[in-house]
Amino acid sequence: MSNVPGDLKYTKDHEWVRIEEDGSVVIGITDHAQQALGDLVFVEVPEVDQTLTSGEGVAVVESVKAASDVYAPCAGTVVEVNGALADQPELINSDPYGEGWIARLTPADKGEVDAMMDAATYDQFLIETEDA
Amino acid sequence: MPFIPHTEADIRHMLDAIGASSIDDLFDEIPPALRIDGLDDIPPAMSEMQVTRLMHERAAADAGLACFIGAGAYEHHVPAAVWQLATRGEFYSAYTPYQAEASQGTLQLIYEYQSMMAGLTGMDVSNASLYDGASAMAEAALMAVRANRRSKSRTVLCAAGTSDIYRRVAVAIAGTQGLEFDTLPMLASGQTDVDAVASGPAPVAVVIQQPGFFGTLDEVDRLTDAAHAVGALVIAVVNPLSLALLKPPGEWGEQGADIVCGEGQPLGVPLSSGGPYFGFLTTRKSYVRQMPGRLVGRTIDKNGNAGYALTLQAREQHIRRSKATSNICTNQGLAVTAATIHMGLLGEPGLSETASRCVAGTQRLVDGMVRDIGARRVFSAAFFHEALLELPMTAAAFNVAMAERGYAAGYDAGQLDRERANQLLVCVTETKTDEDIDGYLSAAREVVDAHV
Repeated sequence: MSNVPGDLKYTKDHEWVRIEEDGSVVIGITDHAQQALGDLVFVEVPEVDQTLTSGEGVAVVESVKAASDVYAPCAGTVVEVNGALADQPELINSDPYGEGWIARLTPADKGEVDAMMDAATYDQFLIETEDA
Repeated sequence: MPFIPHTEADIRHMLDAIGASSIDDLFDEIPPALRIDGLDDIPPAMSEMQVTRLMHERAAADAGLACFIGAGAYEHHVPAAVWQLATRGEFYSAYTPYQAEASQGTLQLIYEYQSMMAGLTGMDVSNASLYDGASAMAEAALMAVRANRRSKSRTVLCAAGTSDIYRRVAVAIAGTQGLEFDTLPMLASGQTDVDAVASGPAPVAVVIQQPGFFGTLDEVDRLTDAAHAVGALVIAVVNPLSLALLKPPGEWGEQGADIVCGEGQPLGVPLSSGGPYFGFLTTRKSYVRQMPGRLVGRTIDKNGNAGYALTLQAREQHIRRSKATSNICTNQGLAVTAATIHMGLLGEPGLSETASRCVAGTQRLVDGMVRDIGARRVFSAAFFHEALLELPMTAAAFNVAMAERGYAAGYDAGQLDRERANQLLVCVTETKTDEDIDGYLSAAREVVDAHV
């Protein structure tokens, strides 16, 4: 069973979003996603100041068996990226919700974030898609 | 590694194993409306005997003339050992083998090729080759868009010397993906107007062909810096042989070019009436994940022995599907084998000497044409081994009369632009002696005298 922290928002593409006190949001991929990908060997993070539309590719995570796009969970502007991933992509495997964060955005519309799944809903979503 | 086709029995055995009655069954998922039932424009198959005869006739139509045409494909001496070795059974396939790691010899050869091309162009990494120079330029443009994420532009500016043929191929391949190719204005010297780079909206990339299509040498340092100053990546399109004498693109300007590509044919591949040739593409290490094509890496096996493996395959179609950097997942293995052996045999001194003799021969021909028959150099910029000459008659008529005297005299620039109807692009390679050049000049004098 994968770890789904209660204080985060989630997308169907297995990204998580944490709302910070200053209104920015930190994004990453979920424990379920990193397990499915396996050992990560490379992470391509976005550029600071890059503006994103919702659903646009924001990062690429590459494991020994697959490469996947990470989609922007909401529209916004990139204000910070996790530079440590360049040398230590495995941080996403070891700590997907902490040191394995990917980028921090200023969301264009906070309502878009509020509308995402909460932990309970995402947990349910995982169970349903697991069965499928 | 042998290349043995499946027998009917093999195919039957495999179909039985998966419970399919015929190969067509495997395509059941594709709705009938989307399938093509026969190809109308493809003529019926020919026998080997018919094809051999046809190809001999076509080859004969190209043969017998002393070639002074360049324009993208160049006649060079290829040592006999090159194709003797390249056509050995172990190498004899255009493809990267499936189960690639089973073919260590092929992989090592591609690795050596990549190392040579990276060294020649002054870049960190080379792919295993692409189809030809023009499609390599299109791939480089698509790659530049992926690599230059800060730019929202989809316009690629081409320096004035960029081959119109290459540009048209790039439009055909990359135009459908939203890229536009504009050409920078040309100065009277034949060089690009560098100031024009910054005069319009910032492009995603600038293509700099060196030498230019008409043989001229552009101000590559200034162009590179001007492109970088507006946030564009620099794509160098180069003749690899010229790099034996000219500064490698990795050293252009303050930061060097970002992507280098071009036609590999001058490195040991015969003209062969137009192909097959091979394209090359090299880049900086930081852009390697945006690079199209196969890439061979050197590694260590579990016993500590050196080994070679396809690497960074997450860029490629069989892993990334529709998000792959390119649908190019093979290479021109046979032509690359020849090029690798060719470069290995000539070495740096051999390539430099070849390039120097090309330059000297072209200079001799150009001087003679100006002195003896009143031709005029169209551009004042320095040239490598091609130059555009204004003749006192049309290039088309000149070519016909020269062909009667045994010469393929040059490329008729009027084919590209009616205003250049009297302009001829000539090229001399190391295959031509001073006597050959003097023979061309006396034939040219006859032709021009007869015209006047």
